[in-house]
Amino acid sequence: MLTYAIRRLFLSIPTLLFISFVIFMLLQLAPGDPMAQVPLTVPPEVKQKMREALGVGEPALVQYWKWLVQVFWIEPQVAIDAMFGTNWSEGKQRVISWQTRSPVMDIVIQRIPQTLWVVGVAYVVAILIALPIGIYSAYRQYSVFDQAGTFVTMIGFSIPPFFTGPLLIVIFSVQLGWFPSIYDTTHVVNDWASFKEQLQQMIMPVMVLALQITAMLSRYMRASMLDNLGQDYVRTARAKGLSESAVVLVHVLRNSMIPVVTVIALGIPSIFGGAIITENVFKVNGIGQLLLTWLFANDLPGVMTLTFIFAVLIVLFNLIADILYGLLDPRIRYD
Amino acid sequence: MKLKSLMLGAAASFALAPAAFAERGGDGEVKIIYWQAPSILNPFLSGGTKDVESASMIIEPLARYNEKGELVPWLVNEVPTVANGGVSEDLTSITWKLTPGITWSDGSAFTSADVAFTYEYCSHPEGGCAQLTKFEGVKSVETPDDTTVVITFESPTPNPYGPFVGGESPILQKAQFASCLGAASSTCTEQNFNPIGTGPFVVDEFKPNDVIVMSANQNYRVADKPAFAKVTFKGGGSAAASGTAVMETGEFDYAWNLQLAPDVIAKMQEGGKGTPVAGFGPLLERIMLNNTNPSPDLGPDERSVIRPHPFLSDPAVYKAMSMAIDRPLLVEVGYGQAGRVSCSWVPAPEAFAIDVEGCDVQDIAGANKMLDDAGIVDTDGDGIREKDGVPLSILYQTSTNAVRQDFQALIKEWWGEIGMEVELRNIDGSVFFGGDAGSPDTFQKFYADVEMYANTFNGTDPQAYLGNGLCDKAPRPDSQWQGENISRFCSEEFDALHAKLSATADMAERSRIGKELGTIAFEQGMMIPLVHRGRLSAHSNSLGGVVLNVWDSELWNVADWHRIK
Amino acid sequence: MTETIAPIEALKDKGPDKPPRSRWKDVWDQFKKHKGAMFGLGFLMFITLAVLIGPFLWDADPQKIDIRNKNMRPIYTAIWDGDAKVGWNKPLGSDQLGRDQMAQILSGGRASMAVGWAAMVLSLLIGTAIGVAAGFYKKLDGLLMRTTDLFLALPVLPLLLLAVTLFRQPLTSTFGPEGGMFILIVSIIAVTSWMPTARIVRGDVLAIKEREFVLAARSIGTLPGKIIRRHLLPNVLSPILVSAALGLATAIITESALSFLGVGFPSDFPTWGKMLADAVVRMEEYPERVLLPGIAISLTVLSVNYLGDGLRDALDPRIRGR
Repeated sequence: MLTYAIRRLFLSIPTLLFISFVIFMLLQLAPGDPMAQVPLTVPPEVKQKMREALGVGEPALVQYWKWLVQVFWIEPQVAIDAMFGTNWSEGKQRVISWQTRSPVMDIVIQRIPQTLWVVGVAYVVAILIALPIGIYSAYRQYSVFDQAGTFVTMIGFSIPPFFTGPLLIVIFSVQLGWFPSIYDTTHVVNDWASFKEQLQQMIMPVMVLALQITAMLSRYMRASMLDNLGQDYVRTARAKGLSESAVVLVHVLRNSMIPVVTVIALGIPSIFGGAIITENVFKVNGIGQLLLTWLFANDLPGVMTLTFIFAVLIVLFNLIADILYGLLDPRIRYD
Repeated sequence: MKLKSLMLGAAASFALAPAAFAERGGDGEVKIIYWQAPSILNPFLSGGTKDVESASMIIEPLARYNEKGELVPWLVNEVPTVANGGVSEDLTSITWKLTPGITWSDGSAFTSADVAFTYEYCSHPEGGCAQLTKFEGVKSVETPDDTTVVITFESPTPNPYGPFVGGESPILQKAQFASCLGAASSTCTEQNFNPIGTGPFVVDEFKPNDVIVMSANQNYRVADKPAFAKVTFKGGGSAAASGTAVMETGEFDYAWNLQLAPDVIAKMQEGGKGTPVAGFGPLLERIMLNNTNPSPDLGPDERSVIRPHPFLSDPAVYKAMSMAIDRPLLVEVGYGQAGRVSCSWVPAPEAFAIDVEGCDVQDIAGANKMLDDAGIVDTDGDGIREKDGVPLSILYQTSTNAVRQDFQALIKEWWGEIGMEVELRNIDGSVFFGGDAGSPDTFQKFYADVEMYANTFNGTDPQAYLGNGLCDKAPRPDSQWQGENISRFCSEEFDALHAKLSATADMAERSRIGKELGTIAFEQGMMIPLVHRGRLSAHSNSLGGVVLNVWDSELWNVADWHRIK
Repeated sequence: MTETIAPIEALKDKGPDKPPRSRWKDVWDQFKKHKGAMFGLGFLMFITLAVLIGPFLWDADPQKIDIRNKNMRPIYTAIWDGDAKVGWNKPLGSDQLGRDQMAQILSGGRASMAVGWAAMVLSLLIGTAIGVAAGFYKKLDGLLMRTTDLFLALPVLPLLLLAVTLFRQPLTSTFGPEGGMFILIVSIIAVTSWMPTARIVRGDVLAIKEREFVLAARSIGTLPGKIIRRHLLPNVLSPILVSAALGLATAIITESALSFLGVGFPSDFPTWGKMLADAVVRMEEYPERVLLPGIAISLTVLSVNYLGDGLRDALDPRIRGR
């Protein structure tokens, strides 16, 4: 298992390099211009000078090489410096965003807390709701509860967040005035009252996101439970006189959780990058909103680095999911 | 001296505190929302309005424009003019006298060296300064003493108020930015995110593309200002959401540039928590008429280069097109309170705006008659008129934007009623305005018969802007398709008159020439003006002191903002 | 030497007394038992017919601006609000420029459904082709599955946004604004969603190709192409159909999300997602402008999901007949 994990880890390096090259070439083909948002009152010669100052005109491969060096060599040094107080990276050129003229990684790190608060909590909430619903729906397949659960999860699956978001704002912010419609990213939680405030501003985006994730997870849970409930070992367990709760919650659930756990693991990268629409609606200004702003501003270093980080996370969690699968299911052996 | 005045000020405010509301920081927190989030607080590295305006709370110019477009002294005691001797008789130099005793927010003295440094910073060839035009024609910036700045121009400059005037050209602190000249400018993250200024607020925390937290500048030159101790400047979301946050939920105090349909604004106002305010600068939404032939049959270097256009050069055609447009309806549909009917290329300031009779009435019948009289009639019975055998079928392009597409649909219908065939096209804004010489879809290349966009100028003097009609400013292949004369308008009369404007200093005469230039542009088929667009912002009912200013940063007088109790 | 010997009685096969039941009849019988799936099938057929035939029956131009009849309410509003501005000429009301909502819903549905079906079919074709090739030809397996992993590692929504912002212009200038956008959205959704299908199909093919009937086919000299077509594809049909149902739903939702972010179809080209996104600012005054397209999307997706559920149950021989 360990050799398998190490081999996969090494194999993922060329994969990631290839992905980064693909993304980079995609961006190079872009007809967009980083100066497009500068007003018309700034004359073209000045815009040209600004472009040159950003290094736009350089050959693509030179830019790619610089980016590789900055991401794989200089940024780790910066990280080490930040942790141990060394100064290896001093004076070295980091990945600089064209729009903000500041290191991309600093902004990304600044954005992670709010994204984790909102999307992460939504994920946890969704897991806590989805699993019981999935288990019970499968146990009582085609019962009223199952039908209702299916219907509700389907609704959650099919209603886009840009509809539920503004709807919640109209109801809870405009009409009732219970929750703020704009997320305060500078809010610091240090006591009970501020924690309550944090809850209030989180509740709407978390609800919107959790609805979607719950829908998906509970479908998986139900399907997996159904598969296992029909197996012979369940009949054996019942025949030897085990209580129904022990059969379902111990034997069946344990086996049904195997694919669900991997689905959950595969979904974790999306916590970091997937909530573009919800973040935009509630002004959470996390990673998703950052990507959107940079895309519209044609900030190539920013977009490039951010997409690459997503790719790294996806590859990593794919690996983790595969390993988890092997650990949980003794029938699967990697060699 | 300085200490004494400070102490006196402090004592005075202390004594007055119970009686008056005026006390620095006495009104707590003000919350501002811009739906475009600021990305940098150095306006010299970004031309974006969001960045210029957010920075204007922190760093300031020598003089500003007020809400009427008049110059007001800011870090100086008076605005130099020829009359008071501040501007030399031959119009080649201007001398600014700084107000003594002003300090930066870190407590150090504000001197002429900082002003001269700002010029050096922006004019550095490798810096990529976005506000370079502000310093166009400047030969040197000298500092005879700590409070005097002399700017010398290469040639007589009737309007010497470019450098260090207005929100786009504030003063940076030399001590802070000294190591950020030229290519180093983009590595100065700390400086660009946290500039030290003379303005009413200082940055506590800046999260790019998200939020700025500011607090009152304890060294601000007016003792009892600003009234607010803390500013939260949030960015992001949409215009609709920021309008809701101010006018419906009351979470925020000020929302910038609400580009929303009139009925949506009216509905938000019913929320009762805030009020929209509108201001009008020189921004004009117009349809540019191509004075050259854009036919796709021509080669890439001849297309939109060779004059004339097969039919748009006929006055009957473009006048009929203008008459067929119902401008009041366009205003109602697209801009409401934030739009006005106008047929003037320079719709503001008042001194340069022209009045055109019949601009606000739609006259389809009259337009049809005009075309009939000119002999442009439908000869082959397909419902489309022909001029000399060329059918009046046009390609009408613009950038992708909901209001513009509504306008396109309406105007297409009206032009259809006068026997023209219109094909609509919209191009993504980042390409259309991107200026990429390799793309066929930029507004400069103008591979279409007409195109619609809005343009404006900074400050109150339209001389450079009117220069966009000069023959030699037309985009051409040999100029890499750069140039501001988008319609390729060319008139000797216009060029001569513009040369005269550049040499005239007298305000009344300048105004007369300016109006004449505007009339020529309209009458001789440069453009069809559509709507004079204003800026619509909203503030909460409890926020006092807001004076919407379209000539400078909207937040120009943020030091005077206060809470109405 | 050829003598026919009459078979003894016990070795004679009895003829079947009932006509043979085809597999598809069994599937259909099982499918009929799933109420949700029946509803889904019915609604999907209804909505497909409506968007196909509807524009001919209700021939108002969805883009026709009729400023005098702007902001009309749907006809049913008159039931509770006698003063509402309604009229039979605009049965579902009109928007702020007087464009007919009924016509917009119909032509918007046409666009949304076209995007959904096209993206789904394309994604299935890619997924099935790669899955079958990887499962059947051992040489290709490694390469194709690494490619699949590579595509799985690409972040979907960011990439989608990226590609739309980047390639919108070149494509629209070649194929026109609507055509270019259609090609772009359909191909991007397909390119980023075929991987699960490929993985499932490969797994099934790997298992099936070791079965006796494939061995038998091979032993009589059947060519690989024919084995795939006659023996493998019919047996992997059920997972393909299930991913088809999910793919259609995802494609419709993705298109509407793009429209909401302002990078979808051009503004004069209605789709359900775009109608919904445009109407969100007027949600309180004119709720129907949000609800009608919103309900249309939801019901379509809901019915497709139910359909997928039903198909899964019906096609699985272990569940069938339980």
